[in-house]
Amino acid sequence: MERVRFYQIGSYAAGNRLLDGELQTVQSDTHRTNSLNSGHRACQGCGEALGARYALDAVMRATGNQMVAVNATGCLEVFSTPYPETAWQVPWLHSLFGNAPAVATGVAAALKAKGRTDVRVVGQGGDGGTVDIGLACLSGMFERNDDVLYICYDNGGYMNTGVQRSGATPHGAATTTTPAVGPQPGNDFGKGKNLPAIAMAHRIPYVATATVADLRDLEYKATRAMKFHGARYLHVLVPCPLGWRTASNETVKIARLATETGIFPVFEAEDGEVVAVSKIRRRLPVADYLQPQGRFAHLFGATPREDVIAKIQAEADRNVRVFGLTDPEVPVHGVVS
Amino acid sequence: MLKQIEGSRGVAEAVALSRPEVICAYPISPQTHIVEALSTLVKSGELAPCEFVNVESEFAAMSVAIGASAAGARAYTATASQGLLYMAEPLYNASGLGLPIVMTVANRAIGAPINIWNDHSDSMSQRDSGWIQLYAETNQEALDLHIQAFRIAEELSLPVMVCMDGFVLTHAVERVDVPEQGQVDAFLPPYEPRQVLDPEDPISIGAMVGPDAFTEVRYLAHDKQMQALDLIPAVAADFRAAFGRDSGGLVRPYRCEDAETVVVALGSVLGTIKDTVDELRDEGMSIGVLGLTSFRPFPLDAVRTALGGAQRVVVLERALAVGIGGIVAANVRMALSGISLHGYTVIAGLGGRAITKASLRRLFHEAAADKLEPLTFLDLDRDLVERELQRTRTTRRSGPAAENLLRDLGTRVG
Repeated sequence: MERVRFYQIGSYAAGNRLLDGELQTVQSDTHRTNSLNSGHRACQGCGEALGARYALDAVMRATGNQMVAVNATGCLEVFSTPYPETAWQVPWLHSLFGNAPAVATGVAAALKAKGRTDVRVVGQGGDGGTVDIGLACLSGMFERNDDVLYICYDNGGYMNTGVQRSGATPHGAATTTTPAVGPQPGNDFGKGKNLPAIAMAHRIPYVATATVADLRDLEYKATRAMKFHGARYLHVLVPCPLGWRTASNETVKIARLATETGIFPVFEAEDGEVVAVSKIRRRLPVADYLQPQGRFAHLFGATPREDVIAKIQAEADRNVRVFGLTDPEVPVHGVVS
Repeated sequence: MLKQIEGSRGVAEAVALSRPEVICAYPISPQTHIVEALSTLVKSGELAPCEFVNVESEFAAMSVAIGASAAGARAYTATASQGLLYMAEPLYNASGLGLPIVMTVANRAIGAPINIWNDHSDSMSQRDSGWIQLYAETNQEALDLHIQAFRIAEELSLPVMVCMDGFVLTHAVERVDVPEQGQVDAFLPPYEPRQVLDPEDPISIGAMVGPDAFTEVRYLAHDKQMQALDLIPAVAADFRAAFGRDSGGLVRPYRCEDAETVVVALGSVLGTIKDTVDELRDEGMSIGVLGLTSFRPFPLDAVRTALGGAQRVVVLERALAVGIGGIVAANVRMALSGISLHGYTVIAGLGGRAITKASLRRLFHEAAADKLEPLTFLDLDRDLVERELQRTRTTRRSGPAAENLLRDLGTRVG
């Protein structure tokens, strides 16, 4: 008998009500909470604001609103709390750029000492605060297996300070500190960090990646993360119209292209081993992802840099191979199977 | 209960009696014995409920304390020297957020050259971090100040640093009176935070503040330290009533009345200075000592009262503000503005150099005769320094100064 598969992209708006209660999307619930209220100062089309709201709303539902958020310095912190206003509807603490995981550890330790283990802790920050300046604290939190979910909203650079390169900036991308000049324009190849892999190397209970193109998947992973205790890591790709030089109405589309080209593998890992991946149904060449973005415009100028595009394609090919992104034998996660 | 124990052990017991709920620890000498003792108390279940978090750096230690304190827990950590500098950023953050963390600083020099021995360079470098700074003279006072520190911190919602001389106090075994748990409980009520991360009443802590209110936020921090000028003596008085001994307060004058010469200092060196002063008094010199227990807030009025009648003031400090000289001296002079007297700054005991009675006697005699340089480096080996200066004048690639000095000393000893 042939197995029938239903695919649905985006919000599940139509099919959501047919699902079991626990599987229905958080955002479709008329009684849902709003972790991050409207009125904040994020740019139009901000992927981070979208990702943060979906992720934290899911955590709120999973914990019955018994949660505390700790935020690293960065766009998310700045646009959400311009004194004396705040967009947060959860208890929220911002300390410094590089210490959010350790501050989250402190909150978790306090709650444990007070016997309030029902209250769960989420640390969050951008890629600069996570993979660069905050890495030591994050690694310490992982290594101690503290009861914290840390979410990195990865937009591939220091966007809050004006689009400088971070350890998560993709190869070839132009930033204000890796400008599109010289024989090798944009960010150097052979540099940068793969933080989900670093997280997995700590053998923590749960590591997952997600994007704002598949918000149902993001909700699922934030929810699933709360079923574990100990250190958990969620790495969310969040396009930045400002830094990526894309139109503000293309955020979700660009994120989807990142997954469909194999640039950004979406997967789940438990105890350091990949347990599920999001399959690519219709694989696209990386040029489809790169070309709409101003940060890669130098690859498509009067003299197209086919050589650079080929190197990026090779990286995507590697992701597809390593994670089995098109391999029918590799298990598919989530409810869509 | 009277015990013959190491200073670090006494502090650990005082901290444990204060019922901290989160302790974070990163090893650095000479602070390590304190957290080692606390880890045993927590691990054995003797100190409960309490979470002991082994962190990966001092930066993380203070950050964990920040999170714990904001979540309503009584939080404690300890550090020294390079560790204090490594936590400089969260140090300012803790005070800026108004989180009543208590921390021991086991005072130690700062490199380079690396040096593990005692001076006050570390805590003095953070004097403007917004933390209250109390300096212990003895192990008993170090122990007592920690119990007082939690009360002061939580009353004002400000962090407090208890500074005790590394090795000189932390590693010295002497008799201390360790209070009973019931006494401490009566003196130190449970922590009732002014702000707390609570899902039932969600608030945002740590918002971005622009020019519209930043000055006011900073002013309030200053105002709280001004309140501490009243609170610190009040807590010391309560402590005396409850425990029957003098510990803490703002300043500690000793034989200052009618003294023509008053020596100002902080920390354990006060013991040696007092012994020397006793001898000099017996010999007829009009000399006294003013010990500073509170350096932040700086007790301008109390210092002015204690020193206003003197003819000369000798500030002896275990730290150096390179390029000008004294740190404590500059603050003392602020207290004496408008009063005409001779002021001397003496830099002493850097990097663990012993401050001996013989050196102090010589120093105070020179001071009393007003023959002292305005800025004096006690027991400086001037010949050694001059030889290195000569090397740098004659040789372009003269090499690392510290190694040159050691080699020079070695050849001369050999």
